[in-house]
Amino acid sequence: MKLSALHQSYLSRRSNSFRSSGPLDSASDAGYKSSAAVFWLILHGLCCLISLVLGFRFSRLVFFLLFSTSSSNLYTPPLRSAAELAKTLDVHSVQSTNPVANTLQLPLPNKTATNSRVIVGRHGIRIRPWPHPDPVEVMKAHQILERVQKEQRLQFGVKDPRTVIAVTPTYVRTFQALHLTGVMHSLMVVPYDLIWIVMEAGGVSQETASLIAKSGLKTIHVGFNQRMPNSWDERHRLESKMRLHALRIVREKKLDGIVMFADDSNMHSLELFDEIQNVKWFGAVSVGILTTSTNSAESLDRKEDEENPRMPIQGPACNASNMLAGWHTFNILPFAGKHAVNIDDRLTVLPRKLEWSGFVLNSRLLWKGGEDKPEWIKDIDMLDGDVESPLGLVTDPSVVEPLGSCGRQVLLWWLRVEARTDSKFPPRWVIDPPLDITIPSKRTPWPDAPPELPAKEKPEMGIQDPIVKHATKTRTSRSKHRSKRKHETRTDTQASTRHAEQN
Amino acid sequence: MEIWRWVFIGILFLADFIVKIEPFKLGRSQPTERISGSAGDVLEDDPVGRLKVFVYELPSKYNKKILQKDPRCLNHMFAAEIYMHRFLLSSPVRTLNPEEADWFYTPVYTTCDLTPNGLPLPFKSPRMMRSAIQLISSNWPYWNRTEGADHFFLVPHDFGACFHYQEEKAIERGILPMLQRATLVQTFGQRNHVCLKEGSITIPPYAPPQKMQTHLIPEKTPRSIFVYFRGLFYDVGNDPEGGYYARGARAAVWENFKDNPLFDISTEHPTTYYEDMQRAVFCLCPLGWAPWSPRLVEAVIFGCIPVIIADDIVLPFADAIPWEEIGVYVDEKDVPNLDTILTSIPPEVILRKQRLLANPSMKQAMLFPQPAQSGDAFHQVLNGLARKLPHDKSVYLKPGERVLNWTAGPVGDLKPW
Repeated sequence: MKLSALHQSYLSRRSNSFRSSGPLDSASDAGYKSSAAVFWLILHGLCCLISLVLGFRFSRLVFFLLFSTSSSNLYTPPLRSAAELAKTLDVHSVQSTNPVANTLQLPLPNKTATNSRVIVGRHGIRIRPWPHPDPVEVMKAHQILERVQKEQRLQFGVKDPRTVIAVTPTYVRTFQALHLTGVMHSLMVVPYDLIWIVMEAGGVSQETASLIAKSGLKTIHVGFNQRMPNSWDERHRLESKMRLHALRIVREKKLDGIVMFADDSNMHSLELFDEIQNVKWFGAVSVGILTTSTNSAESLDRKEDEENPRMPIQGPACNASNMLAGWHTFNILPFAGKHAVNIDDRLTVLPRKLEWSGFVLNSRLLWKGGEDKPEWIKDIDMLDGDVESPLGLVTDPSVVEPLGSCGRQVLLWWLRVEARTDSKFPPRWVIDPPLDITIPSKRTPWPDAPPELPAKEKPEMGIQDPIVKHATKTRTSRSKHRSKRKHETRTDTQASTRHAEQN
Repeated sequence: MEIWRWVFIGILFLADFIVKIEPFKLGRSQPTERISGSAGDVLEDDPVGRLKVFVYELPSKYNKKILQKDPRCLNHMFAAEIYMHRFLLSSPVRTLNPEEADWFYTPVYTTCDLTPNGLPLPFKSPRMMRSAIQLISSNWPYWNRTEGADHFFLVPHDFGACFHYQEEKAIERGILPMLQRATLVQTFGQRNHVCLKEGSITIPPYAPPQKMQTHLIPEKTPRSIFVYFRGLFYDVGNDPEGGYYARGARAAVWENFKDNPLFDISTEHPTTYYEDMQRAVFCLCPLGWAPWSPRLVEAVIFGCIPVIIADDIVLPFADAIPWEEIGVYVDEKDVPNLDTILTSIPPEVILRKQRLLANPSMKQAMLFPQPAQSGDAFHQVLNGLARKLPHDKSVYLKPGERVLNWTAGPVGDLKPW
């Protein structure tokens, strides 16, 4: 801590500024032994010079060899200050030789205390022959940590945790694997029982099924026979319909737990799952909205504002007594006319006024004929049209419980990032058979890719092949385009089947 | 009437039990275990009524004026001497009648001569102490009665009453000859060391309770760091060759475990130091230039099991707190095997240690809160003093008998202050 570090560093400053007082004290003590003092001074000067040349305090070694019996009287402060003078020289080389030359150096005892194991003086720095972590011990330590954390959860965590029912609408597209894997990994680490309802637009597909099968969670994979439209508005509407359908499934199967909406491109923190256990009937959390703005002119506009661009938050707003007072919704005005309409547009994607993912509800609200169901919940079977936000499920919005210390904690982030609709990707992201030499086509519909010269082809192919094979780091969009082009040329024959899947 | 008296006492006892003020609210229904050391279950003893302390009225040049000159003395780790004085002045154990006192306290602030960086210089402390003792022995007869055997002094500096920060010099000087018969209350404790007198009471260094309380994080934050340490490994300024600082133990920790992912050790000064300690299972408390450090107090407050790497160290209130059951002792020669030692502790033992640490009376005993609360370090000191009562008959000297040598010690000490 600061104090103890100060404690360690103070000696340096003290000795630096008061170095004179040390020898002075001893000088005053030994004032009457002037001849001896002069002799020691000369010897001290000689030792200083030799130490400066050699770089270590050899005088101690000399004394040890000469006076091997008790030498407490000979340990005088001048020797210590000789070392301090020498410290300015080559400290690093001296230090680095220490650990290397570490075979227990002889401790030089000056005055051993009676019957104590502890010796004052220089000690060797013990280093074991292979000072690296042992994997068996690392595993044991992780097991200890798990046990400690389990105990902490038992004591301070939620008592009687309820099952989490996660509802995810998805459809097959290029970024589906990216987003869905993220959600899947978050759900896999949740320490409570989990049921994952995956609604897929365009029907159940092998692609999605193979992805979610890797999770090992209890999943309910349902297909929705409408295809995902191209414009964001319609997409949001279809997603709401899919979620309602999932709620109907919850009702049919009489699933018991807490329903939360885990959109596949959202990012969830694990505290969210702990927090939603506190919901009684219908709760709301704060959602951070991450708006991607790829347009640089727009970000310049932002910079002209006085305040820093803050992340907009959607969620419950509380008054001073921590009661629900209103809602923070997304302000569309700054983005008027500059937001994405279709999925392909490289503009900001806006959320709706209140996103579904910020709401959680007790699944018993959805059951038919529940005994202690509150009256303010509407029956889902009666709802047919588009429910814009889950608030449409309740008659009285004031009954919603604000979670996450009354909306002050942002527990999940909303983001929508999609690739171009005509982008292709290998089925299940497996490049099979592996690529060998590929020939880039010169005629491309994308205007920003420059035409390649035949002379430069071969070396470029050599460089690009590894990029394509690894398929992980495609930093610039141009190389991404190139790799997509390669996929096109290779999988021309399979294009027909994939077209059916994609569009 | 007898029965009514007992009923009344019973009601008072019950009321006191119910209205017990919750000190330092930390444990929220975590199961804890009672702590009982070698002296028995004495952590929660109440010293009131068991002893009487008389506080000498020294001229303010020994205490108030020094503090006025440098108010930084209230915040550093040696501030216990000042707070003990303030506590005793208003405590119910204080008596104004010296005839009935069991213990005598001399309020002299010997650790308040600070450098510009805030570290205390001990060069004038022997003279100050000597001058104070000369004063009390000439103005009151109680010193000469026992030559200080029923007096206690607070000497919280590095090596206690040896009054030096360098160990070799401190050993050379030894304990101040005037204090040979008095009881010393000090932070330093190492077995078989010249500067630890038989019968001394070891106290924890002062750590500011308010500051630590503001850095508490929710108890349900999972402990994900296995071993945590922040501090120096090599003291390049004072020990350029290496091997002197911490007897090479800290350097050994660094060299053996610097690439071990389980060990979160570095010399950085993070702002989240307290919060990180609350997220760690083990906190290293190795020796530095002196064997004690405020890390022990911080580890206990934040529920992190202290790993004590200091041979023969005597920890605070060692008779009241069973430190072997609460912390892990590692010999300095076993430091290269620290990871094996720590991972081979069975999880039940670790959980038990955490339960003991969670005991609020344990945390209270390490603190010096203002105003004083029951069970805190002030009370533990008084309990320790009370356990030494009644004084042995040999403590009282015959009139005219002299045991101490008033002219012993280095010549510089004999100069008046």
